[in-house]
Amino acid sequence: MTDRIRVNLRDIVNNEERLVPGHRLCGGCGEPTIVRQILHAIDTPVVLSTATGCLEVSTSVFPYTSWNVPWIHSAFENAATTISGAEAAYKALKRRGNLPVDEEITFIAFGGDGASYDIGFQFISGALERGHKFLYVCLNNEAYMNTGIQRSSATPRGAHTTTSPAGEVIPGKVQWRKPFTRIMAAHDIPYVAQAAPHNYRDLMRKVKKAVAVDGPAVLNILAPCPRGWRHASDQTMAITKLAADTCYWPLYEVENGHKFTVNYKPREKQPVAEWFKTQGRFRHLFRPANEWLLEEIQAKVDEEWAQLLHDEECSS
Amino acid sequence: MTSNRSRTFVLGEKKEMVESTYLALDGANAVSHAMRQINPDVVAAYPITPQTAVVQNFSQFVADGTVDTEFVPVESEHAAMSACIGASAAGARVMTATSANGLALMWEMLYIASGMRLPIVLTVVNRALSSPLNIHCDHSDSMGARDAGWLQLYAETGQEAYDNTIQALRIAEDSDLLLPVMSCQDGFITGHGVERVGILPDQTVQDFVGQYVANYSLLDVENPVTMGAWDFTDYYFEHKRQQSQAMNESMPIVEAVSAEYEKLSGRPQPIIDTFAMDDAEVAVIVLSSAAGTTRSVVRDLRNKGVKAGVVKPRLFRPFPAQRIVDAIKNCKAVAVLDRAISFGSPDGMGPLFLDVTSALYNAGACDVPVIDFIFGLGGRDMTPPMVESVYDQLMQIRDTGDRGDIVRYVGLRG
Repeated sequence: MTDRIRVNLRDIVNNEERLVPGHRLCGGCGEPTIVRQILHAIDTPVVLSTATGCLEVSTSVFPYTSWNVPWIHSAFENAATTISGAEAAYKALKRRGNLPVDEEITFIAFGGDGASYDIGFQFISGALERGHKFLYVCLNNEAYMNTGIQRSSATPRGAHTTTSPAGEVIPGKVQWRKPFTRIMAAHDIPYVAQAAPHNYRDLMRKVKKAVAVDGPAVLNILAPCPRGWRHASDQTMAITKLAADTCYWPLYEVENGHKFTVNYKPREKQPVAEWFKTQGRFRHLFRPANEWLLEEIQAKVDEEWAQLLHDEECSS
Repeated sequence: MTSNRSRTFVLGEKKEMVESTYLALDGANAVSHAMRQINPDVVAAYPITPQTAVVQNFSQFVADGTVDTEFVPVESEHAAMSACIGASAAGARVMTATSANGLALMWEMLYIASGMRLPIVLTVVNRALSSPLNIHCDHSDSMGARDAGWLQLYAETGQEAYDNTIQALRIAEDSDLLLPVMSCQDGFITGHGVERVGILPDQTVQDFVGQYVANYSLLDVENPVTMGAWDFTDYYFEHKRQQSQAMNESMPIVEAVSAEYEKLSGRPQPIIDTFAMDDAEVAVIVLSSAAGTTRSVVRDLRNKGVKAGVVKPRLFRPFPAQRIVDAIKNCKAVAVLDRAISFGSPDGMGPLFLDVTSALYNAGACDVPVIDFIFGLGGRDMTPPMVESVYDQLMQIRDTGDRGDIVRYVGLRG
């Protein structure tokens, strides 16, 4: 945490709201809080693209809009490509004198974990390789929530979803989650980070850092879903804090593909079961018959945390 | 950026004819020259045979600084159209190119481009769709996209492909239309076939296409717009009706642009090209390169005293129904040549036949016997003897009054 970038609350509260009230996202949904944190952290005008999903359908119900800034939705898988087209237009029109030379615009694409880990994976990879100057944000609620809580490759092992139900024989999702943040970092782009909204200073500092780099940046942000995770809607921030305290969701950043920094190290690392207890989607893991699975998951979390600390040590 | 604008173009403005320079070019090259002269703001494209030359040549123009377009070398055709949508929504003049499976991969985005009324120009070098894999010409690709809300132009020659590309941009960007346009030519047959192509001076093309200023742009940060909103049952229907109406009313715009380009280039730009149709008893309706072969056969038939003719629509979407009806209504037998099959339609008819017969029915001209010939799938050559056999069969219908099989094949073994 040696960055000089500071988040000044006084400035933030005086900023204009870019995602305005009246949208139809659920009470307790992590997404609008995260989006507002992101947009408050950026000083320049922004142009946004959003993948099909909760955020999109809840903020753009014609003839209304919750967006006080230019915003486009084209399809589910291509938010990164759509914004890369807009960024290409920006470069072309600026070069040709059709836009003021001093006009700085920040381009951001939002997608859920389905749009990012699964159906849009190739599109994000392509846009990162081409080096467009934009920020890609994965609002990660660990399943296809907009269509009714189906599993994605971000869904953790053991979680109940409607397409990985906890049954008599199979105890929820069988597979591990895809290491998306690391795969993004492996593109050797200037900036990739993992964040969570309870630690808004860390999140907003990461946004400022991400939009300041010359090239693409990716943020993977944990976004609780009270409906899909089965938790009370006033527990959203407490739950993401516990995700960080159990090291289930480490807050870290990777610069230029190799420089790892772990931004939060819990004084006392909590057992991952503490995090699971807060959500109904993991309830079956506490049956005696599934004890082995809980142990396996704890071992995996420990291994990943150790690897992360090792990566940080190696890159310092 | 300005959020308001008057019309970008003044249609019907008087322009003198400008001499073209003649070059030996294949059709794909001819299109890339049109794109060079247009110098669009953004081109996002992905290579696929037989369109490859378009993207390759254009990349070279970018590398040499001949154009200052922002070229986005995407990782798929779906991404190509996605990036075009983002760029067009940001107010840029946008073009791309594809063929066959690439067009099929774009399919989802074709509807989104037209639904958002984004004036993107897509040049298609027609190729057969898989499976089986085949890289040669037929129209299964663009015909599969005929209901996607794009205008479609079909070129007979590399010259027409060049001319249509330039006109397509003006048509798409007309502020009364704002719909995407697909400009098609036959893969390999014209796409790779070298011919004499007349190229207008660069400045003439620049003046013709003018400067595009979008009504709404994502980059107009002072006037933020929400694009691609979520329409419930209470609005979607009306929006689709408006889109259909725009397509229905696009014909005068196509005509005006064509007339202006005709005057400028000295090359005729009819909506449908008719040859020897005034007194024709037997006629063929065909798109793209096969029209040339057909016309040559008709010349021979005319020399033998057969009253034969050819109709070649240059525009397929919107469908020039009345013009086609007027051209063939007095014929005694008509054949439609289709380079694609609409699988599962009655007897497996072709898309052109379906529209021609529908136009005749709706015009009350049901007396003309029309048959359909499926030809040339997967690049099978359409030779003069094959065309002659089509006219032979038409003459038989003319003489006997017996329509016989409605869907027939030509050039098929067995």
